[in-house]
This record gives sequence, C-alpha cells and structure tokens, in this order.
Amino acid sequence: MSEPVLRVEGLRVAFDHPLGKVRAVDDVSFALMPGERFGLAGESGSGKSTLALSILRLIKPPGHIEAGAVWLDDARIADLDDDGIRRLRLAGIALVPQGSMNSLNPVLRIGRQIADAFADHGLRLGHREEQRRIAALLAAVGLPPTIARMYPHELSGGMKQRACIAIAISLRPKVIIADEPTSALDVVVQRQVMATLARVQQELGAAVILVGHDMGLMAQFVDRLGIMYAGRLVEVAPIADIIARPRHPYTRALIAALPSLEARGMLAGIPGLAPSLRELPSGCAFHPRCDLATDRCRAERPVLRDIAGSQVGCHLA
Amino acid sequence: MQAAYIARRFGVFLLIVWLAASLNFFLPRLSGQDPVRTKLLQQAALGGYVQGGIDEMTKEYERRFGLDKPLWRQYLSYLDGVAHLDFNYSIANYPRRVSELIADALPWTLALLGTTTLLSFAIGSFLGALLAWPGAPRWMRWLMPPLWALHAIPFFLLGLILTYLLAFQIPLLPIFGGYSAGAFPALSWRFATDVLQHALLPALSIILVATGGWALGMRGMMVTTMGEDYVTFAEAKGLKAPTVFLRYCLRNAILPQVTALALALGQILSGAVLVEVIFGYPGIGTLLFQAIRENDHFVIQGVVFTVIVALGFTTFVLDVIYPWLDPRISYRRA
Amino acid sequence: MMRGVVRYLRRNPSLALGTVLLAALALFVVIGGMLVDIEDARPLSAPTLRAPSWEYPFGTDRQGRDLLAVMIAGTPLTLRIGFIAGFLGVGIGTVLAFIAAYYRGLLDTVIRGIADIGLTVPGLLVLIIIAVSLKGTLTVNQMAIVVASLAWLYPTRTIRAQVLSLRERGYVEVARLSGMSGPAIIFFELMPNLLPYLAATLVNAVSAAILASIGLEVLGLGPIDAPTLGMTLYWVNFNAAMINGWWWWWLAPTVIILMVFLGLFFLTVGLDEIANPRLRSAA
Repeated sequence: MSEPVLRVEGLRVAFDHPLGKVRAVDDVSFALMPGERFGLAGESGSGKSTLALSILRLIKPPGHIEAGAVWLDDARIADLDDDGIRRLRLAGIALVPQGSMNSLNPVLRIGRQIADAFADHGLRLGHREEQRRIAALLAAVGLPPTIARMYPHELSGGMKQRACIAIAISLRPKVIIADEPTSALDVVVQRQVMATLARVQQELGAAVILVGHDMGLMAQFVDRLGIMYAGRLVEVAPIADIIARPRHPYTRALIAALPSLEARGMLAGIPGLAPSLRELPSGCAFHPRCDLATDRCRAERPVLRDIAGSQVGCHLA
Repeated sequence: MQAAYIARRFGVFLLIVWLAASLNFFLPRLSGQDPVRTKLLQQAALGGYVQGGIDEMTKEYERRFGLDKPLWRQYLSYLDGVAHLDFNYSIANYPRRVSELIADALPWTLALLGTTTLLSFAIGSFLGALLAWPGAPRWMRWLMPPLWALHAIPFFLLGLILTYLLAFQIPLLPIFGGYSAGAFPALSWRFATDVLQHALLPALSIILVATGGWALGMRGMMVTTMGEDYVTFAEAKGLKAPTVFLRYCLRNAILPQVTALALALGQILSGAVLVEVIFGYPGIGTLLFQAIRENDHFVIQGVVFTVIVALGFTTFVLDVIYPWLDPRISYRRA
Repeated sequence: MMRGVVRYLRRNPSLALGTVLLAALALFVVIGGMLVDIEDARPLSAPTLRAPSWEYPFGTDRQGRDLLAVMIAGTPLTLRIGFIAGFLGVGIGTVLAFIAAYYRGLLDTVIRGIADIGLTVPGLLVLIIIAVSLKGTLTVNQMAIVVASLAWLYPTRTIRAQVLSLRERGYVEVARLSGMSGPAIIFFELMPNLLPYLAATLVNAVSAAILASIGLEVLGLGPIDAPTLGMTLYWVNFNAAMINGWWWWWLAPTVIILMVFLGLFFLTVGLDEIANPRLRSAA
C-alpha cells in the first residue's frame, strides 16, 4: 500500500499572453499516497488553482500544459484521449470547486445536477434507484433529501458547498481535489464544511488535495503540506514539521505572519510583492524578498532536496 | 404569490391598452383640428353612391365627437367604443366595418410573423450558440460574415432584392399577393400550396435578416456563459460535451435572449409591415398602407390599436413564461 | 499619427469598413453634386423610363426624373433626417438619462417608466398616426422632428443603464465627497467616460432614425415632392416597377440604402470595440 495514487512530475503550465508568457506552474513534482490529506498553500497568484485544474486537464487556451506528466495509479493522464479524460473526471479524480457561489447551474435542480453525472458516466439507473442514491449522497454531507428538489439560489453558501462535495463523491473517486472550498464562507460554516469533507474522505478512503491559503485551516486538516511560490513548489513536509520547523525562508515568513491568540506585538508581514509570473526573477524566485539571499540564490534556481523527511527548494536550507 | 405577479403583469398590459387607445384619440387632435372629422366632411361633400352611408357616419360621428362636446366627453365616448371593439365603419370601404377588415387581415400577418419570428429566433439562437462553441465544425465560421451583414439591412430591402432574383430573373416564385389572383380561398391542398408559395419570399426576407441578429446576440451570451464557474464544474464532473453545451451553456444563455425577443417585437412588427407592403401580402400591413393612401382614419386607428394591444399581450405572455424559464426570478418579485 | 490610425484600423476592420462605405457615399454625393445638375431630380427633366445609358447612368423614372440626380440629391436628404433625428434623440435621451440615473427617486421612476412603455409600442405605428394627423404633407425637416419625437426612448434607456453602473464606481463617490456639485460631476467625471458609448449610441440612433424615416416614406407619408430614397421606393411600389421590369428604378435606391445601413452597422461595431475593450481580444 505504499504506491502513490497520484504522481505529478515536472508539471509546467503556461499562459500565452501578447505581453509575454505567464508561467503559472513551473516544474512542480509531488506524490500523493492513498487516503492521504495533502495541502497546497500559497498566496493568490501562486499557481495553486492552476495546478489543480491542470491535473484534470481543464486548462483552456490560452493556457496549456507545456511539460511534465501526471499519473493516476498506472495511467498516464496525458496519454488519455478526450473521452478517456472525461471518464476519469469525477470517477477517478473529483473536483470540489472554489466559490460555490457560482459553481452550480442556476437553472437546474440540485438533484438533477447530482444525477446528470451518472448518465454521462455510463450508469443506467432506474428512477427510484437514482432518487435513493441522491438522497444517500445528500445524507452523507449532512443535507436533507428535500434539497434535491431545490434550486441553487435557494440554498445558503455552506449548503451549496456541501452539495458540491456530494457531487464530488458520487462516483467514489480515488482522489478529491478541493480548491479553496471554504473561501467565501464564515468560520462557523467553514468548520461544518471541513468536517463534512473529512468525514466523507475517510468513508471513501480517498486521497485529498486541499488547495488554499489559510494556514490555520491547513494545520487542522492536512497530513502533509506543500508551499507554492511564484508557480514553484518551495517546500513539502509533514504538517507538524512545517509549523514547528519551517526550512524555507518563505515558509518561515508565512508561519511567522500567522497571528497568535496568546502573543502580543506587531503583525509580521513579508516585505515586497509577489513577482509577476511573466517576469520571474533569475535563480530563486524569492530572492528579492529574502534577507538571507546570496549571489548563488540570485544566479541559480534551487531544486527540491530531501532534508530529514521534508523537501526544500532553498540553497541555504 | 404567483397570482400577484400575473395580476401585476396584466395590469401593465391593461395600461398599454389604455395608452394605445388614448394615443389614437389625442395624437390626431394635436394639430388642433380633428382630422377624422375633416375627412368625413370631405367625403360627404364629394357625393357618390356611398353618400347615404357617409352621411350616416358623419351624423354618428358628430353625435359622439362633435365640436360642441367637451373634450373629456368625447374621450369617454371613444374609450367606450374601443372597449366594445367598435372601431366604426371603414370610410373607404363602407359598408364594411373596420373590425371586419382587421379580422380578415390579421390571420395572415399572425401566420407570417409568428412563424418567421419563431423560426429565426430558434435557428439564430442555436446557430449562435454553435458558433461560440469551440467544438463546432470549422466551416460554420464562414456563416458569420454574411449573417452579420444581412441583419443590418431592413427586411423589406432584402425583400426587394429577393423578389428581383427569385421572382423576376428566375421566375421561381410569385412576386405579389397572398394567393394567386382569381384563386378562391378554400381549405384545399391546392390553395394551401398556393398560399405557401406566395408567403415564401416575404418569409425569407424576414428570416434571413433576423436570424443573423439572433445568432450574433446568442454567440455573445454563450461566450459569457461559457466562462462561468458552473460550466467549469460541469466539465470537471466529466459530463459529455453535448450535455454541457445544451444543459449548462445554452440553457442559461437563452434567458437574456428571450428578454431581447420581448423587447424586439415592436421592431420586428414595424419591419414586417413594410415587407407586407412591398409584397402586397394581404395582412394588416397592406391594410394599413391602403388606409393611409385613402386617408381612412378609422382603419388606421383600428389597426394601430390592434397591433399595440397584440404586442402588449405577447409581451405579457412572455413575462409570465419567463419565471418558468429562470427559477431565480421568483413570482414574488416584480 | 496617421500610421497609428491606419494600424488601428487594421486591427478594427469593422470600423475601417464602415468608414469606407460612408466615405464612399459622401464622395458620391459631393462629386456628383459638382458634376450633375440637381434640378434634374425634378419630374419632367428627362424622358421617362429610360434604362441606364451614357446620358442617364442610372436611368430615368416614370415621371421623368434623372435617377442619378435623384440619388445625389436624395441621399443627403435622407441622411439629414437621420442625423437631425438621431442627434436630437440622443441629445434629449442623454439629458434625461443623466437626470434619471444621477438623481434617482421619483424622477427616475417616471422617466424610466415612460421609456419602457414607450419602447413596447412599435415606433413606426405611432409615427404613422402622427404623420397622418398632421395637416398636409411633411417637409424634410418636419419629418426629422416627427422621428425625433420617438428617437430619444432607446438612448435614454441604454445611457441610463450605463450611467447607473458608472455612478457606483469609486471615483464618483470621491468626487461627491469632495464636494463636487451634481452637474459638475456629470460633466467632468461621468461624461468623459461615457463618450465612446455615447458615440456608439449616436450611430445607432441615426441608423434607427433613417430606418424610421424610410419606413414612413415607403408608406407614402413622407415629403411627397422630395427626391429622398424612401420616396423613390414609394414610387417604385406605386408604379409596380418590379413587375414592369424597370429594374434600374429600384436598384439605385436599394444599393444606396444598403450602403448606408451596412456602413452605419460596421461603424457601430467598430465603435463598440473601442467602447468595450473587453470585446477586443475575445473570440
């Protein structure tokens, strides 16, 4: 059981723009174990959502996957034809989308939106069986069966998010990618939704990639955390290690920036701005903002190295 | 809640009816005189074999709208007539009543306008949706420029061109009329084919022009819709392309199109009137045209009123259908 | 600067095409006016019903008008009606739209209500009633006023929507807070941002006004002596020119009307692109 269920190797996604090529995902590699909870954190524009979508080959022109490969078990996703990747979506890898505000079709009932995946994935169900399944899925996320007859605008934000989770688990996928599932929700509802996600994930035995920027949320949910900066993966480590012993200067700054309920003092930020993905700095992308930067940092781009169970992309770690 | 919405919409409809009637009453009198009265008196002075009828009409008119009556009395009397669908006699075609003439002509117009509007809307919208879809066949891109260019010109202009090409140069279709001269309207295949033949050019003039407009609009709406989050999620669910196209994109993009349809009805009708005139098609457009030439005010007023009311009613129906199409518009809200 | 203009026109083919069509018409009228005697547009200036020839390049009609002269004289007349009515309509519409959208309240409800209901009614029919009710036949300028009476409805509605969306933007709030008066805000903050949109609306309104005026003329309600494009088509219809085979009679006005509408249409599309940069690189 130690074979990764999902492997990403050297993935590069770029967007062609008249002013220059935007490297949204720059040579990212990681492996996901079955049943594992993997977090992908980074600020806005760090490329994490693009990474999530590119795993499912959902990137539209002018974006395209430049290089790299993704494997689900033994299947290489790039080798699949259009129909193959279509069938892989939801059944193999499921997406729980961001901003459930608008992720549901406003003119279809919820039940319909759960069920239309069944038909297109080859499941021929009788009406009663279909209703039963829908009710079961809704129950699994803590929603009453009456939701099936309702329209999205009749549901609250949290309910809509949970409906999306219900859709995501409907075909028992091996991997669930949750793209900022709680961004637009208040903390109480956030907790509900994350608890739901944790519960269904355990029941399914699926692996989860949680994409987000809330470190606190990551700390409570994931087993391992990957930090992205300027489209690159700069550190990957078990969550306890990252919080206690961050090795990359960026990670350190991120952890330090977390406000604490106990300590008092000034909020620490990270000076400078995240670089434009069109004009990345030479060498290490973080060096303009890093107070430990050396000439080597400016010249040579660091690779992820294994250091005591973590992977760090820094010359000075 | 549903009832309140429908009632409110119906109220707007009644408002339009009243407005149409008042328009017919007040506008002609803007110049200070009453042109109807002038016309009647003129006719009366001319003499001729309809003399008796004109005299009677004039007397009746004086009784209701005579100069000795205060304006508000005339107005109420007029509204009373309208409520009974009494538009008086046709001055030019006495003893036929205006309502008769309209009843004869209206079905022709409804048939022409109804079919062409629905066809061009359906074809145009579907075409527009396909044009926006990246998976659509390449050759369809070539349809865009001609459709675009066509929709900019008035219906009747295309009518003239088509007539020349298809009825004159190549005598494929009849130039004029609703049915062949001498043919007697009857419920037979022969007559039906005759009618269809005559209706083809007018219908084509409208369809070819209008389709482009709907296609253009729908294409724009589809592009916007395809960028929505729920479409991305639909694809992430592994739905087949036709499913995403029809149920997620088109189904949503069609909503503003229907609104646009309701708003465009007036324009389409104006265009159709001119088409009928050019083709001599026996609908209310031609009726109106003849009435204008003969200064037959009663017919003019009757036609204008009927048209405005018909449009108001259609808008009312569309208003009521709309919430059914878009569940977000609850009947509760305006 | 010229090169910049040309380069832009290459990126915006619609604008280029529209300008070319309208410029061609303008040239036709101007140069034609110098070469041809406008008086020949009157009836009985030429032998009747001649097909196009060297002497009469566009042929003549049943009343002996030289159709080339008719086109040269009539095109500016038709365009004039459109421009007057279009400008008046957009002018009135802009004022009303700004008042309604900026001051809101009762004024807004009334203005919007009138515009909405007015738009449900088919304009041509109302124009017919007005035209039929006026004493005698109309002159060209009177037609323009008649058409203008309805031309403000649509611009009012669309401009109002635009102003409403702009009004909520940050810089308006700032202006208001810094004590700028209402009219000042309208002129200096809102108007400049709306100019491209106003231009597009204007072209649209002119096009619609021309259509309305041609419609009225074809129905016989136009200035009966004027050699406008619409009136020419009225005579075409009246004399059943099509059936009688006098193809040149309807061809000339048809082609010119085509150029007018296509030119205005492409101009609108081109202006839309300027007004709405989001459409620029899209599909």
